[in-house]
Amino acid sequence: MATTTRGWLLAESPASRLQARLGRSYRMVRALLRNPLAVLGALIVLALVVLALFAPFFATHNPYVGELTDRLKPPSDQFWLGSDELGRDIWSRIVYGARITLTIVLLVAAIAAPVGMVVGAVSGYLGGWTDRILMGITDVFLSMPKLILALAFVAALGPGIENAVIAIAITSWPAYARIARAETLTIRNSEFISAVRLQGASVMRVILRHILPLCTSSVIVRVTLDMAGIILTAAGLGFLGLGAQPPLPEWGAMISRGRAFILDQWWVATMPGFAIVIVSLGFCFLGDGLRDVLDPKSANRQ
Amino acid sequence: MSLGAFLLTTALTFLGLLAITFFIGRVIPIDPVLAVVGDRAPQEVYLRVRTEMGLDRPLVVQFASYVGDVLTGDLGMSVSTNRPVIEDLSHVFPATLEMATLGIIIGVLLGVPMGVWAASRQGSFVDQVIRVVGLLGYSVPAFWLGLLGLLVFYAKLRWVGGPGRVDIFYDGLVPPVTNLILVDSLLAGDFDVFWNAVSHIVLPASILGFFSLAYIARMTRSFMLDQLGQEYVTTARVKGVPERAVIWRHAFRPIRVPLITVIGLSYAGLLEGSVMVETVFSWPGIGNYLTSALLNADMNAVLGATLVVGAVFIFINKVSDVLYRVLDPRAR
Repeated sequence: MATTTRGWLLAESPASRLQARLGRSYRMVRALLRNPLAVLGALIVLALVVLALFAPFFATHNPYVGELTDRLKPPSDQFWLGSDELGRDIWSRIVYGARITLTIVLLVAAIAAPVGMVVGAVSGYLGGWTDRILMGITDVFLSMPKLILALAFVAALGPGIENAVIAIAITSWPAYARIARAETLTIRNSEFISAVRLQGASVMRVILRHILPLCTSSVIVRVTLDMAGIILTAAGLGFLGLGAQPPLPEWGAMISRGRAFILDQWWVATMPGFAIVIVSLGFCFLGDGLRDVLDPKSANRQ
Repeated sequence: MSLGAFLLTTALTFLGLLAITFFIGRVIPIDPVLAVVGDRAPQEVYLRVRTEMGLDRPLVVQFASYVGDVLTGDLGMSVSTNRPVIEDLSHVFPATLEMATLGIIIGVLLGVPMGVWAASRQGSFVDQVIRVVGLLGYSVPAFWLGLLGLLVFYAKLRWVGGPGRVDIFYDGLVPPVTNLILVDSLLAGDFDVFWNAVSHIVLPASILGFFSLAYIARMTRSFMLDQLGQEYVTTARVKGVPERAVIWRHAFRPIRVPLITVIGLSYAGLLEGSVMVETVFSWPGIGNYLTSALLNADMNAVLGATLVVGAVFIFINKVSDVLYRVLDPRAR
């Protein structure tokens, strides 16, 4: 049975759309599994998702309330990664912090990627003045320093997770617009697009149903690679007190509070940092591997 | 691209930057007047301030006068220091410039050889290690690395100086000429201050250097791989040129021009990245100025600092773009 399933997945001429899609995914997953770093990255990202979904199950203590008698305890059997200045267990706070990190990256991706893709596809498909104006705006945003711009936006909008998400999304969409435009330019004159147009499809329909789906794989690669940057920016905003507000266990904010105790109770500031590094590295590894699989042309370029 | 078109796009980019800071400062806050006078101000004060700030005029007119102000160097007053923002910025910018410049020097000196080394042993253990170091540069928070650096090299090992540009008893000993403390102390011939300043700058600059190293090594590696795959390299090897000469005399030469662009981009990135590092090291530069202004809700200072960092960032990008066009005969 196993061999026949495999044969069906790898068939040279798939009989249905479903079979073609499943076969493609199967080949991708197999290619990805040959890359050990990509597998490690996927496992880390999976672990982040599982920790975030089942946080109460993995946390050993209440992340918000601690005993003051337990304050600043070093890592031990009771507090795996030590406790902070309010006696709260750092491991449990990191576990709950995974929820905040995951929420931020997913929201930024869900806002910035579609906006960028639509701008890029419209720009590339319509061409002419629309293209010039949209790409002009995109280039202006691309040539701005992203972190500083995000800081200034948060300063105006006010601190908080929602505003941090908006600020990061505002600074990340232009890269996706550029990618989507480049992809659109290579496919806009293809025969299948002409065929769809001759059947009377509207501009909206061509872009949404026929161009955007073909841009997704390059954008997904880029989004995965950008995740590390998004996590670092969000943590940086948290560190400066502009992102998630206390008592939320956001990793950057936790480092900021641990700063006061860095000399004698190093674990308070250090542990959340390791969480950030591991998760960001995971996304980088996964993104690198995905790029090798989905976009072999540029694998050597970066 | 012609010179005229280049100047036009550069000017439009700067105008775009101004539009963004204008938007952030005047449009997003629900009521900028309230932010100045407070919510207990009587009605006539409120209206007077509103007129003084020019908020009763159309948005386009407000933007035009904003651009005019910025072009004449008027960035408004800082609420927290009670000085013109432009004056504050001219004091703090050299500190950032000094740290970022040292950072990029460290990044280039280490990053380029690392990239070349990785490319010459593609797929080897060394290549993998350099690849992971490169990815770490994208995954480690700068402020956290700064804290760890202070903990290990300052507090425990005592190898380097602590936060700030010099120890407190060396503060203000040398007359500020360039405001670059390394240069000023040498000009004054005061080597005690110079070495103290070196011990203070080396850690933050190395941390910035690490982030540029990650990017530079990665790009150098991919440029080198492109060259090493070409036929002229095979020819050189076949005729018996030693490997070292193949790499440095043949393959490395053509990548110097694209590397300039990479280094330029990375330098601009360091000016931005110094914001987080400066906060940790209490470095009196533009990043520290920006973050303390953020916490005091000092919007003029925030926007002024954003504008200056943005302008320098765009300027360096454009300059490296021009250099690329001038130096690469194919791009002319």
